[in-house]
Amino acid sequence: MPDMPANGVPTTLTQGLRTRGGIGESTLRPDGTLKVTGEFAYSSDMWHEDMLWGHILRSTVAHAEIVSIDTGEALATAGVYAVMTYDDLPTDVKNYGLEIQDTPVLAHGKVRHHGEPVAVVAADHPETARRAAARIRVEYRELPVITDELSALAPDAVLVHENRDDHHIGHVPHPNIVHRQPIVRGDVAAARERADVIVEGEYTFGMQDQAFLGPESGLAVPEEDGGVHLYIATQWLHSDLRQIAPVLGLPEDKVRMTLAGVGGAFGGREDLSMQIHACLLALRTGKPVKIVYDRFESFFGHVHRHPAKLFYEHGATADGRLTHVRCRIVLDGGAYASASPAVVGNASSLGVGPYAVDDVDIEAIALYTNNPPCGAMRGFGAVQACFAYEAQMDRLAARLGMDPVELRQVNAMEQGTLMPTGQPVDSPAPVAELLRRVKAMPMPPERQWESSEGADVRQLPGGLSNTTHGEGVVRGVGYAVGIKNVGFSEGFDDYSTARVRMEVAGGEPVVTVHTAMAEVGQGGVTVHAQIARTELGVGRVTIHPADTRVGSAGSTSASRQTYVTGGAVRNACELVRERVLELGRRRFGSYHPAWATAELLLEGGKVVTDGGEVLADLVDVLGDEAVEVEAEWRHRPTEPFDPRTGQGNGHVQYSFAAHRAVVEVDTELGLVKVIELACAQDVGKALNPLSVIGQIQGGSTQGLGVAVMEEIVVDPRTAKVRNPSFTDYLIPTILDTPTMPVDLLELADTHAPYGLRGVGEAPTLSSTPAVLSAIRDATGLPLTKTPIRPEHLTTGAP
Amino acid sequence: MRLNLTVNGRPREADDVWEGESLLYVLRERLGLPGSKNACEQGECGSCTVRLDGVPVCSCLVAAGQAEGREVVTVEGLADLARRRSGGGSPGEAELAPVQQAFIDAGAVQCGFCTPGLLVAADEMLERDPDPSDADIREALSGNLCRCTGYEKIMDAVRLAAARGSEGV
Repeated sequence: MPDMPANGVPTTLTQGLRTRGGIGESTLRPDGTLKVTGEFAYSSDMWHEDMLWGHILRSTVAHAEIVSIDTGEALATAGVYAVMTYDDLPTDVKNYGLEIQDTPVLAHGKVRHHGEPVAVVAADHPETARRAAARIRVEYRELPVITDELSALAPDAVLVHENRDDHHIGHVPHPNIVHRQPIVRGDVAAARERADVIVEGEYTFGMQDQAFLGPESGLAVPEEDGGVHLYIATQWLHSDLRQIAPVLGLPEDKVRMTLAGVGGAFGGREDLSMQIHACLLALRTGKPVKIVYDRFESFFGHVHRHPAKLFYEHGATADGRLTHVRCRIVLDGGAYASASPAVVGNASSLGVGPYAVDDVDIEAIALYTNNPPCGAMRGFGAVQACFAYEAQMDRLAARLGMDPVELRQVNAMEQGTLMPTGQPVDSPAPVAELLRRVKAMPMPPERQWESSEGADVRQLPGGLSNTTHGEGVVRGVGYAVGIKNVGFSEGFDDYSTARVRMEVAGGEPVVTVHTAMAEVGQGGVTVHAQIARTELGVGRVTIHPADTRVGSAGSTSASRQTYVTGGAVRNACELVRERVLELGRRRFGSYHPAWATAELLLEGGKVVTDGGEVLADLVDVLGDEAVEVEAEWRHRPTEPFDPRTGQGNGHVQYSFAAHRAVVEVDTELGLVKVIELACAQDVGKALNPLSVIGQIQGGSTQGLGVAVMEEIVVDPRTAKVRNPSFTDYLIPTILDTPTMPVDLLELADTHAPYGLRGVGEAPTLSSTPAVLSAIRDATGLPLTKTPIRPEHLTTGAP
Repeated sequence: MRLNLTVNGRPREADDVWEGESLLYVLRERLGLPGSKNACEQGECGSCTVRLDGVPVCSCLVAAGQAEGREVVTVEGLADLARRRSGGGSPGEAELAPVQQAFIDAGAVQCGFCTPGLLVAADEMLERDPDPSDADIREALSGNLCRCTGYEKIMDAVRLAAARGSEGV
C-alpha cells in the first residue's frame, strides 16, 4: 500500500496487483458448494406454506377430436381445489409458441399428439391431484395419424393444423410442412459432369431426448396485486414471460419470474412446459401451486430432437476434390412448430458441413405430423446433417481409395471460404488442423481388458453381462468433423442485457452482476464473475439471482451465452469503469497528471495507469457512491436467408470440432463399447478452460448416446410413445462412456468478445458420426441409421 | 401414519404420511431435506441415493414406512459422516466431506442435479475401497446418471478424493 494522507490520495506510487480469478483461469463455480451440500434450490425443491400440487391430464391418443370432457368426479374428490380445461382459460389468448403460436395451453376440441395437455388439477397432495386427474372422463373420436412424409403429403392427408396463418404458410408447398428452406448456389448439373465418382446415401436419424435430469417443475405464487410470481427452471425467462402473460390476461409487470435452480436443459427448456398451468391454477385457487413432472411425464412434457431422413449425393474428382453436393433433409417436427423453422435453417445452411464446395443444391423441410413435437436440442439441425454428410465423406473416401481424414482435409473450409449461403467465413476455420490434431493424439492401447488374472469383462463389450472374454471383438477407428452456427441467426435481434454495480462494502470494493441469464449448468455464472474481475479489477464479485427485474439476456442456447451475455457483462463493466474513472478524475484528478493523460485501468482494487502506476484506491474513489449501469449489447447483425435461393449472411459465427472414436465391437452379439472419444475443438479463447472441457466432454457424450443407444420409439401405427422412461430410453452411464481427451485450439475470432467462440454444441455434432464411422470400420457394414442396435450389427440391416 | 426415523444422526418424526409415499418424498417434502433429488422416481438414475442403515439405496423406491426406526444418511449429512468417520469434530460444524470438495475442485459439478446421489454413492465406495481402480469407480457409480459432464470430471473427482485420502489430506 502506498502511504495515504487523510485526503485518501496516494503520495507514493507502486505497482498494481493483478486481480485473480479473471478470464482464462479455471476458477471454480460460485454455486459449487451449494450444489455439493444439497442446499442449492432447484425448481422442484421450491416449497411454500399452504401450497397445492398441480397435475396435468394428458391425451392417451395421438390424434383425435375431443367429444366431451367430464370433470365432475375429479372436482368432487376430497382435497381437490380446482380442475381447469380449455373452457376455463381467462382470455382470448389460448395458444403459445416460440415463433408460431400454434400450441394450445389446454387442448381445444382436438388433440394432435400423444401426451398433449387436456386438463389441469390442483390438490393438497400430489397423489390426490394424480388420482383426481385420472377421474376426468375424456371421450375421444380418433382421427388417422400423420407419421411421416408420405402420410403428411398424401393427396387426401388430414391437415395437422387446418387454418394456418403463420408467416411460413406462403412459401411451403403443403400445409403439413412447417417451413422449407432451399439453398442453391453454383451449377450442380455442370459440376456433376466434372465428377469422376458420385456416391449417394439415404440416412435415418432417430428421435433423441434431452434427458436433462431436473424434471420440469416450478412454483407459482399468487401476489396481492393480482399478479403472480413464478419460480421456474427455464432457458430464457423473458421468452417465457412474453408467452405466459397474455394467456393469464396480465401485463408483463404483474408476472414476476425468478430463475429457480435448473437441472440441465440442452434445448428442452426453450419451450414452455408447466409454466402457464401452474400460474393458472395459482390465480384460480389463490394459493401457491407447485408442479413437478415425474420422468414418465417429462418424456411428454418437452419437445425432442427432430428425427430426420437425409438423402445425399456427393461428387468428387479423382483427386478427392468435391464437385458438388445435393441433399434433401426431411425433419419430423411433430404436432407443433416449436423451433422447427430455425432447425430447418440450420440443417440447410450447414447441410454440406465444414467443406469448400461451390455447387450445391440443398433442401430442408420440417413436417407437421402427429408424432411428439420436436424442437430445440443441442446442435439442432446441424447434428442431423453432420451424421449424414460425414457418413458420405467416408463413403466417398472408400470409393476413391483415399484416407478418410485426408479426403476431409483436402476439402476443408478455411477462413475466406464461402458457405452454401454465400456468406464468407470471416474468422479462423481450422478444420484441417483440428483433424490433424485429433488424429495425432496417441491411440489407446489394444486389448486393455487383458490382465494377469484373465479378462476384466468390465472393459469389454457387454461388460458384466460376461458375454465375451475377447472372442469376436474387433476394434474400429472413425473420424468426423462438424460445423455449428453460434447465436441466433437469420436476422433475429439477438441481444443481451447486463446490470453491473460497483460499491464499497465491508471496506473493500464489491461488484454485483445482475442478468436474466439462465444458468442451466453451463457455468455462465462463473464466467460472468471472471469477466467482471478482469474488467473492473475487483476480486469480490457477487452474481445476483436471475430474474425479470433486469432486461432480457436472451436464451441459454445456440452456444450463445458466453458470447452474448458475456459480451453484455463486459460492455456494462466498461461503462461502469468509465463512470468510476470520471468519479476519480473529479475527486483526485488535480493530484496527478496521469488522471488526464494516461490510459487508466482498474486492477487489484485500484486505479492504475497502463504503466502500472497506482493513482488511487477504488475504496477512496467510490466513497459512499455506488456506480451502476444497465445496458443492452448486440453482436453484429445477421440477415434472413432468401426463401428461394437460401443466400444471405445468416449466421453470426461458426464453431468447429473434430472427433476420433475408437470402438470395440463384439461382432457376434452386436454389442459396442466405445473405448475412447478424442476431441479437438477451436474455442477462440477459453474463458474458463475447466468449464470448456466439461462442455466438450458432456456434448461428446450426448453424441455418443444417440450413436449407440438413445431413441424415443414412436409406434408408426398409432404415433404413441413406447419408451417414456429411463428403463427403456437409455442414456450413457459411466460404464458406457470412455475416456475423452480434449485438445483445445484458441484462434481468436476478432468479432467476438475476447475472441471467444461458442463452445457448447459443436462437440455434439461430430461425436455421433465418428462413433458410427468407427463401428463401420470394425464391422464393414454400411450402418445408415442412428442409433445403432445390436441387430443392425448381427443382421447387417439397416 | 406417523413415521420415526434417524436422519443424518438426528431423530426425526413425520406425521400424516400417506402410506404410498416414498422415503424420497418424506425427506424432500416433509423433513425439509430436498438435497436428495427426484430425477426419475423410478429407480433408474440414482439421483435420490441415500444410505439406509449404511447401504446405498434409491430412496424413491423405498416406501417411507420401510424406513421406520432406521438410520438414513443423505447428502446433507455427508460432511458430518466424514467427520465422524475420521474421528474428529462435532456434528453440525459446517465443512465439506473430502468427496464433496473433490467434486468442486475437479469441475465435476455442472447442473448439479446428479451430484447429491453421486456423492453419496462415491463416498460409500471410498469408505469400502479407499484405493479403487478406474474400472472399480465406473462399476460403483454405474447406477448414477449424469447428463452434463460425460463423467470424465466425475472420474477425476473420485480419483482426487481417493488420492487426498491416501495422503491423509
